[in-house]
Amino acid sequence: MQRDRQLGLFYALPLGGFLALAFLAPILLVAAFSTMPPKVFSLAHLPDFSAYYTVLTQGYWKSVVWSLGMALAATAILFVICWPLAYGMAKVLGRFSLVLTICVVMTLFVSENIRLFGWVLTLMKGGLIEGYLRHWTGAGFDGLLYNVPVIVFGLVYVYLPFMLFPLAQGIAMVPDDTRQAAFDLGATRWQVLREVELPLAMPGILVGSLLTFVLSAGAIAESKLLGGQAVIVIADEVETAFTYGQNWPLGAALAMVLIAIVGGIAIWGIGRADLDSMMARK
Amino acid sequence: MRTSRFTATVLMLYGLLVIAFLYLPLFSVGLASISKARYLSFPIRRYAYGWYGEALASDTVQTLLVLSLKVAGIVTVLSMIIGFFGALAFARYSWRFRKAYQKLILLPIFFPQTVLGLALLMWFNTLGIVPSWKTAVVAHLVWIAPIATLVISIRAYSFDPALEEAARDMGASTWDTLREVTIPLLMPGVVSAGLFAFLLSWGNFPLSLFTTGADSTLPEWLYAKMVSGYSPLVPTVGILTVGSSVVLVALGLLVPWGLRRMRALAGRVPSEQAAQQIPQET
Repeated sequence: MQRDRQLGLFYALPLGGFLALAFLAPILLVAAFSTMPPKVFSLAHLPDFSAYYTVLTQGYWKSVVWSLGMALAATAILFVICWPLAYGMAKVLGRFSLVLTICVVMTLFVSENIRLFGWVLTLMKGGLIEGYLRHWTGAGFDGLLYNVPVIVFGLVYVYLPFMLFPLAQGIAMVPDDTRQAAFDLGATRWQVLREVELPLAMPGILVGSLLTFVLSAGAIAESKLLGGQAVIVIADEVETAFTYGQNWPLGAALAMVLIAIVGGIAIWGIGRADLDSMMARK
Repeated sequence: MRTSRFTATVLMLYGLLVIAFLYLPLFSVGLASISKARYLSFPIRRYAYGWYGEALASDTVQTLLVLSLKVAGIVTVLSMIIGFFGALAFARYSWRFRKAYQKLILLPIFFPQTVLGLALLMWFNTLGIVPSWKTAVVAHLVWIAPIATLVISIRAYSFDPALEEAARDMGASTWDTLREVTIPLLMPGVVSAGLFAFLLSWGNFPLSLFTTGADSTLPEWLYAKMVSGYSPLVPTVGILTVGSSVVLVALGLLVPWGLRRMRALAGRVPSEQAAQQIPQET
């Protein structure tokens, strides 16, 4: 036992040390910069927290609300889209679900840029859909890009695997006997869903929803490539403040707002999950 | 409980529909890459493969290719090593701070990558490090090493601790046990983790954007071209990068399958049992 303890700590050192240096330290640095006066590039100034005042008074809350709202919409839509498929993969489709898994995982390895660029080519005026429609029917339209729904559509598209796999994992944890017993006792299909399947699959539902929400809230490429300048999301504001604005303290303060929201939700979710039992079961 | 054939068919069709949805944008990119026109517009009137020759012959593309391969290659090797030890600490040994360590590892995966890239840029700047492809390797590792650790952990959970103890009882040193028992047992997980690491680094854009300095990776170049107006090389190079990922995944799936077949034909014991053969010398 004593050996186990030493080896565990020893083996954790490379990754733990690396993350302390290249993940925690940069976040602390951002936190420190967020307290600096405007437009400075070093920490050798007296903190005045004016960046947070700017964040509160200059209407940046709109970006936060847009980001969270679109993330919420994408999460809800993804849950509805993925539930039947996750159910099929966990309980019905057998070997075919392996094919589905490989096909879905494959898309994760294609740069998000290229996939979203593909949607631009598909949805733009003179793109795949509008171009062929006009060619065949003579009736064109203005293209489907540069609005809020298409950003949510992009989020749904990009983060589908992050909802699908945890849901399938969760549904696989619902014992068939329990469902059968509920049916035998006279439950309707709807009651089985509400009283048996949803509660028992809850760990998977939680993980999937948290992942999609957190990733969508910090997403930037969807709104830039598909949404044009329809709305500015919070991650975009952070980037602008750092790059064009050359105002590191403001960017850092905006980043801290995003980190607080996303990190708070993530830590809450991760804190509830029992990783040993979730992963060992696979 | 048996689900009806009808339900199974509907779910299967639904699965195919979702796959079609996931691949539609790539289909558009593929079509665009073989359009002869310099300014793309659907329907495509004349097809040509000339852009592929031009892309492969281009010096810019070759430089980008070499750099992206270099970054992804180094990230792969380092994540396999860090992930191997990280996974042993994650899943195999019980030690004091294990729960906290497990949670720390999940955080970078949830973290918005754009913000992480910017935070690292500030961090490098503060340390006086000039960003180049080497700093991009560090940035990729912050996100990819934890993922590699999780992939190997899944394998490490199914690890029977008795095997290590047996080796030790027979007089093997810590290093012998590691080399003769632990590494062979975890090897399949390490190989999949390497595959994941390579593909994720190869396709990553948000982390590279802020951390490569004057250097540029393929996804970065593609993005720059996408936002600065259409170039016929964008879909072509995009399809080339996607194609190389597909080939790599196909190899990753087929090679282990082929090895298993060959072993089965040769009538030899599977590797798991082979690994149980404990070192002879005492």
